[in-house]
Amino acid sequence: MIQAAPGDRDGPMTVPAPLTSADQGAELAIASSALTKRFRGGQLAVDHVDLAVPRGAVYGFLGPNGSGKTTTIRMLLGLAFPTSGSAELLGVPMPEGATRVLSRVGSLVEGPAFYPYLSGWDNLARYDAADRTASARTAKARIGEAMERVGLTGAAKKKFRNYSLGMKQRLAIAAALLTPRDLIILDEPTNGLDPQGTREVRALVRQIAAEGITVFVSSHLLAEVEQVSTHVGVMRLGKLVFQGELAALRRTAAPRVAVRTGDTAAAAEVLAKLSLVDPVVVDGLVTAELGDVAPEKVTAELVHAGVGVRGLSVEAPSLEDLFVGLTGEGFDVER
Amino acid sequence: MSSVDLAVNDRRETGGAPESAAPVRNTLRFFGNELRVTFFRRRNQLLLLVAALFPLLIGIGLKLSMPHGGGGRGPSASGAAYFSQLAANGVFLTFVALSLLLILVLPVVVGVVSGDSIAGEAGYGTLRYLLAVPAGRTRLLAVKYATIVVWAMAATFTVSVIALVVGVALFGAGPVTLLSGTTVSLADGLFHVLLVTLYVCAAMAAFGAIALAISTFTEHAIGAIAAAMIIVVASEVIDNIPQFAPVAPYIPTHWWLSFDSLLRTPIDTTTLWHGLLSFAVYAVLFLSIAWARFTSADVTS
Repeated sequence: MIQAAPGDRDGPMTVPAPLTSADQGAELAIASSALTKRFRGGQLAVDHVDLAVPRGAVYGFLGPNGSGKTTTIRMLLGLAFPTSGSAELLGVPMPEGATRVLSRVGSLVEGPAFYPYLSGWDNLARYDAADRTASARTAKARIGEAMERVGLTGAAKKKFRNYSLGMKQRLAIAAALLTPRDLIILDEPTNGLDPQGTREVRALVRQIAAEGITVFVSSHLLAEVEQVSTHVGVMRLGKLVFQGELAALRRTAAPRVAVRTGDTAAAAEVLAKLSLVDPVVVDGLVTAELGDVAPEKVTAELVHAGVGVRGLSVEAPSLEDLFVGLTGEGFDVER
Repeated sequence: MSSVDLAVNDRRETGGAPESAAPVRNTLRFFGNELRVTFFRRRNQLLLLVAALFPLLIGIGLKLSMPHGGGGRGPSASGAAYFSQLAANGVFLTFVALSLLLILVLPVVVGVVSGDSIAGEAGYGTLRYLLAVPAGRTRLLAVKYATIVVWAMAATFTVSVIALVVGVALFGAGPVTLLSGTTVSLADGLFHVLLVTLYVCAAMAAFGAIALAISTFTEHAIGAIAAAMIIVVASEVIDNIPQFAPVAPYIPTHWWLSFDSLLRTPIDTTTLWHGLLSFAVYAVLFLSIAWARFTSADVTS
């Protein structure tokens, strides 16, 4: 259930599965098994994805644009039908159980979408009216509360077409909070928001999670979910290349020793003698994975070999580096 | 259960009402909302206004031309039979107006709303949210078509009622001489107006099903509306080419104007039932297509 990135630097990426009991279905807010989507053009958008999102988790669903995140979310919500494989939300199979389970799932998929000619309030009232489980009697109170929560009470009567981008986004989150939920799925909730709006969304996610609601939040930016997530899943080219606790991802960070020297060739020789792997030489700097070797031993060996050391440091790759390692560098369109 | 705080907070207000205890009531609520959104939308109100203006313009135009032309000439051959009657009785303006507007104006008014129904939601992106709410695909389609039927009736009755009012105001009212030559009382004549209007409603509701089916295939409302209009115009053209006579009874618009069978005594029921059967077949066929498509397609917008 935990997948390691193929060809990863060091050590087993396997981390303890969040749950090992046979009765996972009920304990997982989202579970999918070999979920696959092949578009009509033949493109494999989602390739055997096995999601396991524990209840109560804040799950950061990461990956570059076009890595299959949104298609996965569309299948989870019953908007798109999988080519093969299966998915469950809160223990209910999708898309068959859509009408049973979706009223307990709030969602924001690919940005806000509302009727431009209706006011913010009327837009929420429309979605609420469409919900077969929502009660008409409580609609007013619930809509008011949801608008209050995202700070839109003052703009309730304003037409949606006159909303700013941030207001639109907040209205979409209000729509996701219209009725009591067990799971909130947010697809790129901070897309197009200014830093202020991004912070607001992050605070809302924290607040929702504090209420015990499972949050599944997708993003192409690690930094956006790093601060709020307990778990992460990383997508690349339609495949889930990592899934587990955020702390587990951090543990996979292999520390590297960096030697600043005028004699890079000799330094590299010493590091090779210590059998440090993955040596890299860039002008005046030699780095390699430290592994089990103590940094002081490296220092001693360098001095012993007569290499003029100007500086020596041990650096653990940032989460960002790990993320890029999993997803590949940006900008190259991989398909 | 994990959202205890929120749940308690909200369920306190619901008074513990069992969820989904009233699916019918909740669907009616959805239907009510859909009607409100449809009828309060400015674009749609303008469409109804335009539909209402036509009978007024036709009435005034005919009134002005009446003393000179003797009422023998009309803009449409199909409407010609009614023109001669109009001078004597304003009630006939409803038949004139309906037969003229059925050519294009009423199909436009109905086609815009029904072509927009699913494609418009897809275009705005609201379709994915409605389905995630979840509105339910079949339920959403049912609510959409019910709204189209109400809309088609509203448009038809708007034309009918305005034409009646304008006709009576301009030409007066009295016993109605039917196309078969018999004269019936004004009340009886108004009953015929009602039957004719309902017949046109049925025609427009069937056409709405065609436009709704097209609407499930695209996320461009304008494309769906245009395609529906092309079907109307193409069908009318084919209907007027003698070489196509064998297939004419099967094309969608062929029976639309057959309401003149209601203006004879006894009523020409054969034609009438043929028309209604055609509408029913078209409605069932295209609703099935819409359902098959809408319940199986990925929502990608």
